[in-house]
Amino acid sequence: MVTTTIDTHQIHVDDEGFMTRYDEWTEDLGTALAAQIGVEMSEEHWKAIRFLRDDFPERGETATLRRVATVGGIPTKQLFALFPKKPAKKMAYIAGLPKPRGCV
Amino acid sequence: MTTTETAPLVPSFDDGEGAGRKLAIICSKGNLDMAYPGLILANAALGEGVETHLFFTFWGFDMINKKTMGDLKFTMLGNTATHLPQGLGGIPGMTAMATHQMKKSIEEIGVPEVPEFLQQIVDSGGHLWACRMSADMQHLEAADLYDEVEAIISASDFIEKTDGAQLLFI
Repeated sequence: MVTTTIDTHQIHVDDEGFMTRYDEWTEDLGTALAAQIGVEMSEEHWKAIRFLRDDFPERGETATLRRVATVGGIPTKQLFALFPKKPAKKMAYIAGLPKPRGCV
Repeated sequence: MTTTETAPLVPSFDDGEGAGRKLAIICSKGNLDMAYPGLILANAALGEGVETHLFFTFWGFDMINKKTMGDLKFTMLGNTATHLPQGLGGIPGMTAMATHQMKKSIEEIGVPEVPEFLQQIVDSGGHLWACRMSADMQHLEAADLYDEVEAIISASDFIEKTDGAQLLFI
């Protein structure tokens, strides 16, 4: 088990730094995690992150990019603009969730 | 045992060694089951920030031909991986049934049909190219092809555009 401290928040993470405990996450922490990877949170960013947070307990896994687009209603193009290059992993990181396991 | 890191442990989302990585995928098949590997890999690569180009050639043209792209088929014939007698595949209606089954399985896991998948790839920043020779052979023009196809280009143009890319032939 590994813990790390992000902006005074002590959290449990995996080897890469993805959070492993759903309940340790808060929106404040989300903002701090985003800052670590160079993302400044706007209301548009939050819409995606909140969808991931709400979706996870129901599904037991992190939503894929396609699910955020089709079910969350945020167009793919916009997700790439908000979280450049690796949107699925970046969103999962900020939302304090594991990386998505689905292929599509 | 719990170990505590002093510096924050943050995943690396930087390009690092993979900076400028490019992937070129040549789609040469028009069967439903052979359309998906290229689409799925392209989608995965784009999600990892890899510049991705797809080149549709020969039977792969069916994936971008407006008339056929939504109607690709799967046949059991010549495919031993169904583990059913080959003769079954030749029975009239069997290809339609096998296609229906495969489409259902694909839909059940939330994977889109070919046209929608291409749109998702384009929305993710992927590039679609059509093969000049295939267009000439089939007497097709840009207007006959999926709107998001950027251009009909020669094989040498594609090779030039994908300089330094890793290449997949499907």
